[in-house]
Amino acid sequence: MTTRSSNTAEQLQPTAREPIESAVVRFAGDSGDGMQLTGNRFTEATALAGNDLATFPDFPAEIRAPAGTTFGVSAFQINFGSTKVATAGDAPDVLVAMNPAALKVNLRDLRPGGTIIVDAGSFKERDLKKAGYDKNPIEDGSLSNFQVVPLDISALTLEAVKAQNLTNKEALRCKNMWTLGLVYWMYDRDRKPSTDWLRQRFDKRPELGEANVAAMNAGHAFGETAEMPGIHGFRVAPAHIAPGLYRTVTGAEALAWGLLAGAQSVNLKMVFASYPITPASSILHMLAPLKSFGVTTFQAEDEIAAACAAIGASYAGSLGVTSSSGPGMALKMEAIGLAIGVELPLVVVNSQRAGPSTGLPTKTEQSDLYQAVFGRNADSPVAVLAARSASDCFDVAIEAVRLAVRYMTPVILLTDGYIANAAEPWAVPDVSRLPKNPVKFRTDPQGFHPFMRDETTLARAWAIPGTPGLQHRVGGLEKSYDTGHISYDPDNHQKMTETRWNKIKRIADDIPPQVVDQGPPMGKMAVVGWGSTFGPISRGVANVRAKGHDVAHIHIRYIWPLPKNLGELLGGYEKILVPEMNMGQLRTLLRSEYLVPAEGLNKVSGQPFKIAEIEKAILNHLGV
Amino acid sequence: MNAPAPAVKLQPKDYATDQEVRWCPGCGDYAILKGVQKALADIGADPAKTVFVSGIGCAARFPYYVATYGFHTIHGRAPAIATGIKLANPELDVWIVSGDGDALSIGGNHLLHLLRRNVDVQFLLFNNEIYGLTKGQYSPTSKVGTRSPSTPLGSVDMPVSATQFALGAGARFVARGIDTQQKQLPTVLARAHAHRGASFVEIFQNCIVYNDGTFDNFTAKENTEANQLPLEHGKPMLFGPGKKKGLRIKPGNLELEVVTVGENGATEADVLVHDEKNRVQAMMLATLQPPAFPVAIGVLYCNPAATYEQATADQAKLVLARQPDGDMNKLLRKGHTWTVSA
Repeated sequence: MTTRSSNTAEQLQPTAREPIESAVVRFAGDSGDGMQLTGNRFTEATALAGNDLATFPDFPAEIRAPAGTTFGVSAFQINFGSTKVATAGDAPDVLVAMNPAALKVNLRDLRPGGTIIVDAGSFKERDLKKAGYDKNPIEDGSLSNFQVVPLDISALTLEAVKAQNLTNKEALRCKNMWTLGLVYWMYDRDRKPSTDWLRQRFDKRPELGEANVAAMNAGHAFGETAEMPGIHGFRVAPAHIAPGLYRTVTGAEALAWGLLAGAQSVNLKMVFASYPITPASSILHMLAPLKSFGVTTFQAEDEIAAACAAIGASYAGSLGVTSSSGPGMALKMEAIGLAIGVELPLVVVNSQRAGPSTGLPTKTEQSDLYQAVFGRNADSPVAVLAARSASDCFDVAIEAVRLAVRYMTPVILLTDGYIANAAEPWAVPDVSRLPKNPVKFRTDPQGFHPFMRDETTLARAWAIPGTPGLQHRVGGLEKSYDTGHISYDPDNHQKMTETRWNKIKRIADDIPPQVVDQGPPMGKMAVVGWGSTFGPISRGVANVRAKGHDVAHIHIRYIWPLPKNLGELLGGYEKILVPEMNMGQLRTLLRSEYLVPAEGLNKVSGQPFKIAEIEKAILNHLGV
Repeated sequence: MNAPAPAVKLQPKDYATDQEVRWCPGCGDYAILKGVQKALADIGADPAKTVFVSGIGCAARFPYYVATYGFHTIHGRAPAIATGIKLANPELDVWIVSGDGDALSIGGNHLLHLLRRNVDVQFLLFNNEIYGLTKGQYSPTSKVGTRSPSTPLGSVDMPVSATQFALGAGARFVARGIDTQQKQLPTVLARAHAHRGASFVEIFQNCIVYNDGTFDNFTAKENTEANQLPLEHGKPMLFGPGKKKGLRIKPGNLELEVVTVGENGATEADVLVHDEKNRVQAMMLATLQPPAFPVAIGVLYCNPAATYEQATADQAKLVLARQPDGDMNKLLRKGHTWTVSA
């Protein structure tokens, strides 16, 4: 390991850039170091460079954890390449660590031989102690498996922004931009979008904007001129991506927009009622400014009120939507039962997180499948859909709205903390070409009662207050099948329970049959997944198939009801492996529904699957 | 489900459904139902635009018996459901019917927020100081010492005062009525209806089965005159036989006292004039109870302010004026995009 004093960088010939197919970079620092912002800028520049990409923001639950501590470390990982990128990457090639705590927390994920860029200026005795280091890891040889690049980024940043006469504190806050500039140089990214963005962000304090730009440029120049191990220029060619207009999108953005597009497609206004909870709040934040798109947002007093207000809105003829995460979902369940009983449309978004109870609020998990499918008193079926990726949230949200309105039922849309925050490129759809299914409210008093049903869907008539002549009463008590009045008749309850059950079952006639994502329609093994495990499973299966193994990948979007052909399809495989970020919830569902010998790969560490973990499990189960 | 055309002047009976009413014989709810149906006729409520929302409890069956739109929801949550209804369609005339357990126990949080937000609804709290539908347990408004299946030795916890709670939550209209006072109750309800914003009405309701006579000290015929203070805005607060007694501020102290006009130097000029817009006075009136004081009946407080749904709609209008089209395609193409060519 060689280092050299950074301020003696000489003008050297730029080294030829090494072409690589893909790279994984992780920016890690203190919560206050602006790592998420740095990652987002890098994501944008990378998208504009034409690479495919996937990101994984990973931040603490604490808003401002004590500076320098391991629990205050915030990280942002991006995987980008010239070929299809399925996940945020198993192991970083480059780790940027802004302080000892960031190094300590993130080191174990780094690829052997990977590069560590550290701010040596933040590795003073006090910093080391806070992170729990007895000795300086940069100097004690413990990092000999890696390429360490210690730079006094703090000092270099202060030098770079001298002209702006900032306070020391303000100047040091430009450190992340210096680092970004350096990484931009390493991967040959265009700085202009970030420059524009910085100037716009700080338009009220231009000196801060200029300081950040100066820091970024200085970092870039450092890369260009410093010839030192680890500071190396790469070239990642643009990926072959279908022609079209693209943007980056996070799951929360795509979901919010999908709800809007869904509401427009059924010609309804939306009332989005929510109570702040991590990681679901970002959907509320996305929708709150979009009032001109027909959405009213309501920050309710609690989760129950949010669900109830959404139900009230649907009762009055809007599309009621509520959104939460696991613990909040638990609180909403009685209200969802009411929506099932009175048969009103309701979309419930669950951005799943690690549990039980408060669990790990900012970490991902997909352990609310049981809760979504079964988690209510009595026989109370709902439709359950799951999004596979950030951009998929858009399509799934539209589908959730369609089903809720068409079947007069609550629909639970499962996403998770990983999808909500992760960004990926997205071919922007032409919303005007989406199918239109405008809702027809009942207006004809002739023969009306509130529980008269459509013969195909079994959905009840939706008559809204304000409609002359259709005054009626609905409620949580059991209703007579024939009149809609309260009924305690035993046979009627049997009939109504079966009707509610059959109504949800009929959704299976209205959804696409299950397809096989990769591999043969029958054979030795199917790897079956749902939700955000799509990326790693997809790539894991592809890798194993490339080695010549007979494996298929089936990804389930419709969790309840399940696609009609799924049982038969699964029956065609000798083995079924279900990787899930829970203890085996889809596996249980598949076993109970189809009596298939599904086996699980279960990870509940709050972190997404690595591709290698999937590959290993497949090979194990294949017995090779 | 046929409804009379709203153009015709409707009678109280036109607001009754064909459903058999299932409260216990002699229940105060019958009287309240009658009073509400009369109030609806008096104000000429359009059944098609009127919604009754309730939670759970004896009182919550109310919507089934009113020939308007009705939604019998879940325990304590009617205010939240009603808020959603008003957000979706502010034009609807929404009444919430609740009981002391529904409103102040399981649903206390929602009531608090409905009132502070000032959602334009009428909230009727049928207070009988007991849980009826679950067979007689004490409620959050039960007097200390109430013996019930769950408190065989008498309840030990302090009751909450419904009107003090409402005022504390920031309600802009707080009133009281009594189930059997068929003349006054519809008038109070009409006032509640006329008020734009959340109107809170506590109705003392006798539970003949589990808590019979709990309000007798001011509702029984022989106590009405002595122990009720009928409030009228702008009029001196006089009560008792011959309206000889009055309320005044105790000299040197911010509290009320009862004086008899003509005795101990007290004149009618000393008696406080009811001012509906005076929140501090309303709070003092809400605390009064026999035997030392009469119970204030009528409108304690009425001081309108902007409603939640109006303020929400106004904000939406502002945004709409700035970005009128609501074009999703434009929204999705905002910010950085790039084109991949074939």
